[in-house]
Amino acid sequence: MNTIAVIDYGMGNLHSVSKALKKVSPSDQILVTSKKSEIENSDKIVLPGVGAIKDCMEALSNNNLDQVVLRNMAEKPTLAICVGMQMLLESSEENNGINGFNLLEGKVRRISSTSTVKVPHMGWNQVLQKSDHYLWTDIPNNSFFYFVHGYACDSSVDAIGTTCHGSEFISALAKKNIFAVQFHPEKSQKVGLQFYKNFISWKGN
Amino acid sequence: MTVAKRIIPCLDVDNGRVVKGVNFLNIRDAGDPSEVARRYDLEGADEITMLDITASHESRATTYQTVEKIASEVFIPLTVGGGVRSLDDIKNLLRSGADKVSINTAAVENPEFVKAASEKFGSQCIVVAIDAKSINKNGDKYEVVTYGGRNKTGLDVVEWAKKLEDFGAGEILLTSMDRDGTKEGFDNQLTKAVSSSINLPVIASGGVGSLQDLVDGILKGGAEAVLAASIFHFSEYSIKEAKEALRLAKIAVRD
Repeated sequence: MNTIAVIDYGMGNLHSVSKALKKVSPSDQILVTSKKSEIENSDKIVLPGVGAIKDCMEALSNNNLDQVVLRNMAEKPTLAICVGMQMLLESSEENNGINGFNLLEGKVRRISSTSTVKVPHMGWNQVLQKSDHYLWTDIPNNSFFYFVHGYACDSSVDAIGTTCHGSEFISALAKKNIFAVQFHPEKSQKVGLQFYKNFISWKGN
Repeated sequence: MTVAKRIIPCLDVDNGRVVKGVNFLNIRDAGDPSEVARRYDLEGADEITMLDITASHESRATTYQTVEKIASEVFIPLTVGGGVRSLDDIKNLLRSGADKVSINTAAVENPEFVKAASEKFGSQCIVVAIDAKSINKNGDKYEVVTYGGRNKTGLDVVEWAKKLEDFGAGEILLTSMDRDGTKEGFDNQLTKAVSSSINLPVIASGGVGSLQDLVDGILKGGAEAVLAASIFHFSEYSIKEAKEALRLAKIAVRD
């Protein structure tokens, strides 16, 4: 049995992430937690994030969770979602500029809007798989995932999936034991549940 | 490829039951919210909106339970509205499993609330609902109304939508109160007036009676998403049929 720690730092929709994990893996222990001991003892880490990046970064450091989370993300299979993903990059333009944890290469910028390209990018869009990865198992290339974000990473050496909204942006990144996605697998119906199923059985390499 | 257009069934929920009335009369019971939501999910709905139409102080606990139940069974986005008045309301709804909240009257009464909410939770989860009524015979001027159309605000709909964009709203749920419940189709002139004035996604609502109405809301109204209640609740049409109609009209939809 795996123990998966869904990091609770007071932000975002943790309920839907943990419900999706429980749905695909009833026998694993899914902990929505901010307790250091539980995070230390977990086998896998999920870092969700909804809202403004500044609040997310602050909430994580206010609770003194950032160091624990970073230490555990160094080795355990980790999934970062939406703003959770953006926090792992170098920096973001949001909230007048914020530094990220710099675990993945790339910067986050405001998506430019036009009358036909609406921002936030909200809704279902296709993810082009740039290369093979365990987490893409049984997920057809160009599957629709659910997105909701106003900022995006436009290029990265760690890119493993791209999506187009006006222009192309990076919708998934992978490096060693970390997989990070801009979309919300917990809101992406069948393909999203398959993605979590893959994460549950992923060894992180 | 860009983002797909969305079909959003709407559940009007009163004391834990889905209801739908025609112009607020003849409210018919349309089932348990989580069962209805699950059916729509299986049929391919892109998102679900739940409006708590009682929204009295006492009913909040019921609402949170309903949201939690839907969110544990349905893995597509869920927007919840009705009586959202404080940052705590938003926090509680998001914690219960809502992905977005819809603010209506509280935004009109205090636009700064929209700003505070989007700063705190991010624009992407702040939907502002605008109820609009035509104020001249040509039907090209619209006023924002509240309390089911009983209260006029004097606000011009297009100006209001622009202000909401400035204040950090992430999406506009635009309902024609003239068409709501009539099955005559969306007021596409209204939708177009708003969708062409702002860069936020606009959800068209109010008046759907046929699948062609959904197509027109997107092609003529410029809506990013179309919302409907009664045509789906009473199985006149399935979501699958609605998607097929959009696809035939060459509109990008999720498979």
